[in-house]
Amino acid sequence: MRGTARLLKSLGEGVIRELLIRDAAIRRGGRLLFEGVSLALEAGQACALTGPNGSGKTSLLRAVAGLVRLEAGEIGFGGVDPLEVRGEGLHFVGHADGLKPARTAREELDFWTGWCGGTAASAKDAAQELELMPLLDLEVRRLSAGQRRRLAMARLLAAPRPLWLLDEPLSPLDARWREAFGGLMRRHIDGGGLILAAVHDPLPLPTFSLELAP
Amino acid sequence: MSRLRALLSREVALAWGRGGGPLVAVGFYAGVATFLPLAIGPEPERLAAIAPGAAWVALALASLLSLERLFERDYEDGALDLLLLSPTPLELTCFVKCLGQWLATGAPLALAAPIAAIGLGADPSMAPLVFACALLGGIAFAFVGGIGAALSLGARRGGLLTAVIVLPLFVPPVIFGGGALDAFASGLTWTSGFALLGAYAAAAVAFGPIAMAAACRNALS
Repeated sequence: MRGTARLLKSLGEGVIRELLIRDAAIRRGGRLLFEGVSLALEAGQACALTGPNGSGKTSLLRAVAGLVRLEAGEIGFGGVDPLEVRGEGLHFVGHADGLKPARTAREELDFWTGWCGGTAASAKDAAQELELMPLLDLEVRRLSAGQRRRLAMARLLAAPRPLWLLDEPLSPLDARWREAFGGLMRRHIDGGGLILAAVHDPLPLPTFSLELAP
Repeated sequence: MSRLRALLSREVALAWGRGGGPLVAVGFYAGVATFLPLAIGPEPERLAAIAPGAAWVALALASLLSLERLFERDYEDGALDLLLLSPTPLELTCFVKCLGQWLATGAPLALAAPIAAIGLGADPSMAPLVFACALLGGIAFAFVGGIGAALSLGARRGGLLTAVIVLPLFVPPVIFGGGALDAFASGLTWTSGFALLGAYAAAAVAFGPIAMAAACRNALS
């Protein structure tokens, strides 16, 4: 329940209760990736987005984040203004994590936490939760792929936002952290959050899946 | 506001760390300024006549150097996506990025400009005006240059493309600033050129971020 309260606080009146994708089509570089894709995701649900390489999973996530234009169809957030959702209501964690190799993990965590609306205290809590404390003084370039992914994911906890868009979130993580991050995702949806994750392997939590066929 | 302050300090820190950022620009500037006498000839009277203008043109070139990385790096590593997913309008984000660019490279170059001009043989009484022109011109170079940097996002050899886009836009401030310096050296009224330089810088600050934000959105989608 604590999670819900935090989510409510983060968006004021405009709490995201659902994500609706209707007949979406995306064209990239002249090639039609997919068309007629629909999805209804409600608060408290997680959806695993599957499909072969190049089927448009990342593009669909980016379209929900407002970074890519749809060729056709629409994306709605249950009446909440998309601008507000994209400004304060969703997190996007992909392969390009925006972390600068020459900066320390602490500098990057603090900056992105602040940028997403979190506080220094919430950044510290997130770092503790993801066992990043001993790594914080290292430059990002010294981190392994899994540690770096955990650092990117610390944003999710440090600045609570209802909708998580995750692009292969578990791929660089070891077995223990896959399990642990599964637990964090479960906690997020139990608290009324929504998760849309592009994956190749099943997520360690109950999801329904949406397959993008080429 | 705390968001923008954090972004500004990050931008300045990144610019300083960018392979010695401002030092490289100042070094390049010093290099061009020492090159000129070798090509033109060392006669003091000939050099003194062109010194302020030469220092001014070299400054425009030196401020091109680090522009390329202004958006490119954030575009490549995904930071630009994350900067967009915030209640802060992208226009304001671009404004702060250019401000950071100016603080990190424009201001050190402006400090070096009077030294270069005097080194080339300009009268020391010109130093304050050279400094003021470089400071004001640096704003114009950063904000107009940002447009070029954003437009060349995703292009191969984006740095060269940035230079080709931006150099024509550097023409007005170079003319206005050069005119002011020339007028001052010959004892005429220099304020009109300086005012026009200020007007150009103000327009760049006002309109540049709008163009940059549009170019960034276009590059991402």
